Amino acid sequence: MLLRHTTDKVAERSALTINPAKTCQPVGAMYAALGINKCLPHSHGSQGCCAYHRSSLTRHFKDPIMATTSSFTEGASVFGGQANILEAITNIFALYDPEIIAVHTTCLSETIGDDLNQIIKKAYQEGKIPKGKKVFYASTPSFKGSHVTGYSNMTTGMVQYFSENTGKPLKQINLIPSFIEPSDMAEIKRITTEMGVKFVMFPDTSGVVNGPMDGKFHMYPKGGTTIEQIKSAGDSSFTLALGRVGAMSAAKLLDTKCKVPCEILDLPIGVRGTDNFINNLRKVAGVHVPDSLMMERGQLVDVMSDMSQYTYNKTAALVGDPDILVSTAEFLVDLGIKILYVVSGTPAGPKFERRIKEIAGEGVIVKTGANADMFYFHQLIKGNKPDLIFGNTYAKYIARDEDIPLIRIGFPIYDRVGHQYMPVMGYKGGLRLLEKILTAIMDRQDRDAPEEKYELVM
Amino acid sequence: MTKKVDFNSVKPEEVKEELLSKYPVKVARKRAKQIVINKVESGDVVPEVLANTRTVPGILTMRGCAYAGCKGVVLGPTRDILQITHGPIGCAFYSWLTRRNQTKPKTDDATNFMPYTMSTDLQEDEVIFGGEKKLKKAIEEAIGLFKPKAIGIFSTCPVGLIGDDVHAVAREMEEKFPDVNIFGFSCEGYKGVSQSAGHHIANNKVFTDVVGLSDKPKEGKFRFNILGEYNIGGDAFEIERVAEKCGLTIHSTFSGNSEYEEFITAHTADLNVVMCHRSINYLAEMMEKKYGIPWFKVNFIGADSSAKSLRKIAEYFGDKELMANVEKVIAEEMIEVEKVRLDVKSRCEGKTAMLFVGGSRAHHYQDLFREIGMQTLSAGYEFAHRDDYEGRKVIPEIVIDADTRNIEELTVEKDDKRFSPRKSESEIEAYSKKGFKWSDYDGMMPEMMNNTLVIDDLNHYETEVLIEKYRPDIFCAGIKEKYVVQKQGIPLKQLHSYDYSGPYAGFKGAINFYKEIDRILNTNVFKLVKAPWQETPELSGSYAWNK
Repeated sequence: MLLRHTTDKVAERSALTINPAKTCQPVGAMYAALGINKCLPHSHGSQGCCAYHRSSLTRHFKDPIMATTSSFTEGASVFGGQANILEAITNIFALYDPEIIAVHTTCLSETIGDDLNQIIKKAYQEGKIPKGKKVFYASTPSFKGSHVTGYSNMTTGMVQYFSENTGKPLKQINLIPSFIEPSDMAEIKRITTEMGVKFVMFPDTSGVVNGPMDGKFHMYPKGGTTIEQIKSAGDSSFTLALGRVGAMSAAKLLDTKCKVPCEILDLPIGVRGTDNFINNLRKVAGVHVPDSLMMERGQLVDVMSDMSQYTYNKTAALVGDPDILVSTAEFLVDLGIKILYVVSGTPAGPKFERRIKEIAGEGVIVKTGANADMFYFHQLIKGNKPDLIFGNTYAKYIARDEDIPLIRIGFPIYDRVGHQYMPVMGYKGGLRLLEKILTAIMDRQDRDAPEEKYELVM
Repeated sequence: MTKKVDFNSVKPEEVKEELLSKYPVKVARKRAKQIVINKVESGDVVPEVLANTRTVPGILTMRGCAYAGCKGVVLGPTRDILQITHGPIGCAFYSWLTRRNQTKPKTDDATNFMPYTMSTDLQEDEVIFGGEKKLKKAIEEAIGLFKPKAIGIFSTCPVGLIGDDVHAVAREMEEKFPDVNIFGFSCEGYKGVSQSAGHHIANNKVFTDVVGLSDKPKEGKFRFNILGEYNIGGDAFEIERVAEKCGLTIHSTFSGNSEYEEFITAHTADLNVVMCHRSINYLAEMMEKKYGIPWFKVNFIGADSSAKSLRKIAEYFGDKELMANVEKVIAEEMIEVEKVRLDVKSRCEGKTAMLFVGGSRAHHYQDLFREIGMQTLSAGYEFAHRDDYEGRKVIPEIVIDADTRNIEELTVEKDDKRFSPRKSESEIEAYSKKGFKWSDYDGMMPEMMNNTLVIDDLNHYETEVLIEKYRPDIFCAGIKEKYVVQKQGIPLKQLHSYDYSGPYAGFKGAINFYKEIDRILNTNVFKLVKAPWQETPELSGSYAWNK
């Protein structure tokens, strides 16, 4: 057994986190910043943070992840990191020539209390930032929230620094996705385009972290939202935030800062999640849903009904990021799958718990925040085994020990490819997710069936 | 599609000039000392390299931090020391299983904490009011759940700043739980200038709090410890296989595939051999001073180097039968090695490589490339010191700067009771006369060709220039660099994680590596980068519908 010391006896823990179901804010901030065109994320802390985050994102996306660091030493940690970041800004513009540097803080710089507002102002005043170039920051200490809230903070920072209400309203909709795959961002854009709706999406990592192999390294790939677009978000007529934990804060700020009204939706996973997204889009943009999308929807419902016998009354346990968990749970319930456990290390609050219970019924065990870790999740599974596990790559250790199929969703996925390029959102994405679920269930049936019960046609 | 460059026509002086041309003056001045054109003179004298110096802020560096060096590298591979990261969640998360130190518990129910990562997950309140209380509670909870023999506490950046005393907590909890050896590491990420500081911090604590706790020796003849072998991809498994076949007994490995019990008795072995000089030479030195165990450098990367290392170990023990047996094993193993080597060499000969990784691999792996006829054009370390480049002979000359001074240097004295010289002075002298080197490491540069570029702490910008100038056939570095290089149509072999394969150590490892390089250099994939219409963009012929 890999996790041989995990037993089903759940003991109360208040201090020790074992196998976390979250990671820290800065990695989410780095990911969000990559979703701005020609932006170089910068980690204000010791260089280990930046190395870890770049490694983690690279393992997940299998694409270059470029980001710089203030490389704090002991001296900087005592006297403050101002000198380091000012030197960094000079070097970054000299060597890498980005349009914009998106700084995020770390537990180190937050603990010593570096005032980045002040420091960045100084950098502008001292002419360290070339004309037309920009530097902004988001506060993302690792001792708060999780990678999802870090992503949210950086996205909110984009609004705070750049979105502007110029008094000239634009017929466009803002789309703010939570921490999701570039493939899913691309799919959401495709659906919106298919609807004939003009939009701005930010952040948008599609084409940045899932780039092609073309014989050249592009420090700044074509993808990403431009600063002009983020600026224009303040003139948009409406904002749809997709995912409460990862996207709400930026949408709310657009509302208060630029008077752009917003609706907070779940991520468009599965039929109802996608329906809800499309229905809202239709209403706020005043458009009709095209036949092409009705075709996609119909195909998804078709396969769900064709294969209902394999999914109905199966059980599942879910671990990962709250926004993805909510919508995945809803899709699973529509497939007739019972949700037993939902665990997220991200402090998603009572609203999350209520939403999960609304979807999956009162019987589901939900735990979030500190000590909601994979060790606890595994203990629950040992107590009552589900048919399927949904989670990131780390859940494979549980899946193997307990001999339960794992459907990989969320972050990080270090051990399989496809997620970068092929969506699980929208109706088409739903079909892909459904295929994964069915393959897992049916492979298991094939593996375990007695010879006389081995089916040719399924 | 790869544009071939005749590397012999590339002038290293010009490349160096270009590398420096884009830097702001202050940065250029520093980098100029870290970019060196190799020239080996008699007595293996090589040019001086500026190393183990601060990374320039804002530079896209390969480097990590002291925590990564301490928890990730040195202690991480041990399966039964329970490791608690004291700090916010990130550090524990990123060091969770990512380094591929394989481990094989002796039985199905033996202790194995490797698939677990543990953290105090410090929250804002604890950063403000102190985290010691939570750490104590976490230790209690860990003991209740896992009943470990030993617990290591690893400090992350904020811990040092808020003044949590992990050593005091360790002592207090040890009093409360006398059966558990609890020790803390002040390996905050900002310490030193790279992972290297963390190695030293780890060495110190392992030496003071672990090694020497029990004098019960392990059974077996010719007992020795391997220091600085972390069992990435199963390297230690292969070394164990070969050693056993030769009749040698590996007492403990620091720290691949290791157990606490082997650490606490490691001082009873008769020899320390050092694989990764950078990360663990401190422990070798300290054990020699305290217990009288001699050490020398070995290298099990490369078939020839492996054979050489085995011969040296056998020679050290001086047993005729052992020496004969080692020769027999080498002869046996080399049959398959040679078969594969010659086959692969026929396709790889004359190709070129660059290696920028770690503190020893950029050196060791040149041997493997050499064995299949490949030439190293440029190499450098991520976090090494001058002695790793130029050899230990330069240690007295190394200037100790403030960042290094902050890392504790232990004063070690002879252990009155347990010091026992494994070889008498006259024996050591007799060996030395035969050319046997003790406590040695000649460094990377004397083995590299003249006019190759040696670059310390290579960064992204320099990588791009090197690739453009030399177009090497293969580039070796880590995960952060992998896709940056590969997008340019040049394959990158990861020498940290081995790209999830291995082992590459020993004889079977050499075979694996030859085959792997053969695959990388001869796969069709890189030839597909350009579409046919990009190769010949001019339209010729006519549209189908015009026919």
